[in-house]
Amino acid sequence: MRVDFNSSECRNLAEQAESWPQAQAALQELWQQRTAPATAAFVVSCAERFRPQPYWVSMRLGILRSFTVEPLIPMLRAGAFLGGIDLTVRAGDFNAYSQEILDPASWIYRNSLDAVILAVQTCDISPELWERYSELTAGERESEIARVVESFRNWVSVFRSRSKAALILHGLECPAFASDGVLDGVSSHGQADAIRQINRELRAIAAENAGVYVLDYDAVIARCGRNRWFDEVKWMLVRLPMRAEHFRDLTSEWLRFLHPLSGRIAKVLVTDLDNTLWGGIVSEDGVERLQAGVEGPGAAFRQLQRAILDLSRRGILLAVASKNNADEALEALDRHPGMLLRSKNFAALQMNWNDKTASLREIARQLNVGTDSLVFLDDNPAERQRVRLEMPEVMVIELPAHPVGYANALRDCPMFERLVLSEEDRRRGELYIVQRERQSFEEQAGSLEEFYQSLGQQVMIAPMTADTLPRAAQLLLKTNQFNLTTHRYKQTEIATFAAASGCDVYTINVRDRFGDNGLVGVVMTQRTGDACLIDVFLLSCRVIGRTVETAVMAFLAEKNRSRGVARLEGWFLPTRKNAPAEGFYRNHGFRLVQQKQDGSTLWSLNLNETVPACPSWIEMNMVKESAA
Amino acid sequence: MTSSLMARVAQLAADVFSVPLEQIEPQSSPDNIESWDSIQHLNLVLALEQEFGVEFTPEEIEQLLSIELVAALLEEKQKACGVY
Repeated sequence: MRVDFNSSECRNLAEQAESWPQAQAALQELWQQRTAPATAAFVVSCAERFRPQPYWVSMRLGILRSFTVEPLIPMLRAGAFLGGIDLTVRAGDFNAYSQEILDPASWIYRNSLDAVILAVQTCDISPELWERYSELTAGERESEIARVVESFRNWVSVFRSRSKAALILHGLECPAFASDGVLDGVSSHGQADAIRQINRELRAIAAENAGVYVLDYDAVIARCGRNRWFDEVKWMLVRLPMRAEHFRDLTSEWLRFLHPLSGRIAKVLVTDLDNTLWGGIVSEDGVERLQAGVEGPGAAFRQLQRAILDLSRRGILLAVASKNNADEALEALDRHPGMLLRSKNFAALQMNWNDKTASLREIARQLNVGTDSLVFLDDNPAERQRVRLEMPEVMVIELPAHPVGYANALRDCPMFERLVLSEEDRRRGELYIVQRERQSFEEQAGSLEEFYQSLGQQVMIAPMTADTLPRAAQLLLKTNQFNLTTHRYKQTEIATFAAASGCDVYTINVRDRFGDNGLVGVVMTQRTGDACLIDVFLLSCRVIGRTVETAVMAFLAEKNRSRGVARLEGWFLPTRKNAPAEGFYRNHGFRLVQQKQDGSTLWSLNLNETVPACPSWIEMNMVKESAA
Repeated sequence: MTSSLMARVAQLAADVFSVPLEQIEPQSSPDNIESWDSIQHLNLVLALEQEFGVEFTPEEIEQLLSIELVAALLEEKQKACGVY
């Protein structure tokens, strides 16, 4: 029998914890030891005691389903809490998904849900393809595929017309044994192929509809092992298809969508070096004896480096926090022949003898991100524990005992997931390395004005298009600092806004002598009568402090004055993070007209008196509004 | 019946039903624990299977209707596997 000293100790710690950081550290360990339904209920009830926490985001999820999902819900919520999402979940009636989508009075439209999962299995939506496949003629096969695809298309379009929530569609799964046995792979009309054809169509439907995503359910089953996935007894008894040990696999997959949808995502991976990025300790073993390479024990570390490099291609910035002598560590990074990552891949390097929490804070400062956007990777459990307790907002990756498991532990982290990827994301690492040069240039330049002059900035303002919408939506979700209202509109809501009369959505691109910063700003305005309300005004932290906001304000003022608008108005809604935008209206000649109890302020600028000018050091270009 | 087995079952049931441990007694059943409905019964079964590494048959699942019965069946199953 197992001795459960550790887990009972974790339970006591969590129960007696006086703050969420303490409870979270204990719960995380407990969850790691036993990701099971009973633990989930305990985690959820502990977390609910500490509601709300400053860096938690709340989210409301609906699950439409053709099978029993109730036992998965506590597991989903426990995983969500430990990742900083306070998730409320409601499941639809058993097998009632179709009515629930089609009925205009359905609960899914009455509650303001953030996301809806449509979890339907092949055997439920198409018994023909699942059970009676061998009896189907070629014509029946085709019409059954078409029927299933059309059902999905109809559900998606009805849902989209009534709800702005994100919609996550489960793709269909293949059976463990095809009805024709191995012949299925030979025929061009195989059972598995029919199911894959439906899945391809589902992806096309998702691509045609904003805010619709496909979850590859078949891949989740395959990852766990198809033969180990199904639980025949529970399926017969209570319509629960999978074994309890796989609840975690499905709920983790759901979280991979919910993290990017809720905005609880990581922007930076901070990694340790010794025994994390390579095997061995550089100051003791020397560079030559470090393990990293394609073969032998070093292969595990190279796999991890490969996983890290993949993240950087997804737009995640990389940073190092290592207790080391900087020159030795740099030599290992740049000279060791087996290394896949080099110092040039990192946007910030903290190699010193400071406490890791100090290094994490310094990295966040240098990269202009909040500490809640950091993920920390370190082989040393003591360092991990310290960061957990002192910086509960930082996601700490739990690593297995042996390095062969490191790469997958990293790939498993849902905070690195993205649902869209722009060209800016792919190039982000590059952009920040240019930024590093730009910062040292700033330190050299004499006066601030001289610095602005020398940057040679070009600001391009354009009406938002279908192409720039995804990036604009991403900025609304992610921008915390220079953001006047922090409205987190979804892609569909922005599109609706842009189409409304009197409303404009502009995107802002900035170039300078160091390169292209890409699309870094969004403004949304709404004209009513002789006033124009600034509903959204945000700039990415990449261009904060370079007077780009003044250029944009000059544009807005001039544009609206020429349209006969008498005044510009805008709210400043304070958050924990948007202090950099606080003085914006005052500094641009706006007068305070209203102040609410919660600190929100309304400002107004009389365009007949004042029109802010574009700084002389910025070249501003307006891209013409298209005739359409 | 071993008391450690009973203690583990009681702790698990307290977690699943979200009630204080003191409220769980050998005679606890769907009749006197309000949150012990059909969904929570399923959750209890799943938790027991994972915790004790056993699998219940459909018939057994329908019989597990008090803490006492749960512990008795578990003991029987463990003896059958030679685990004490």
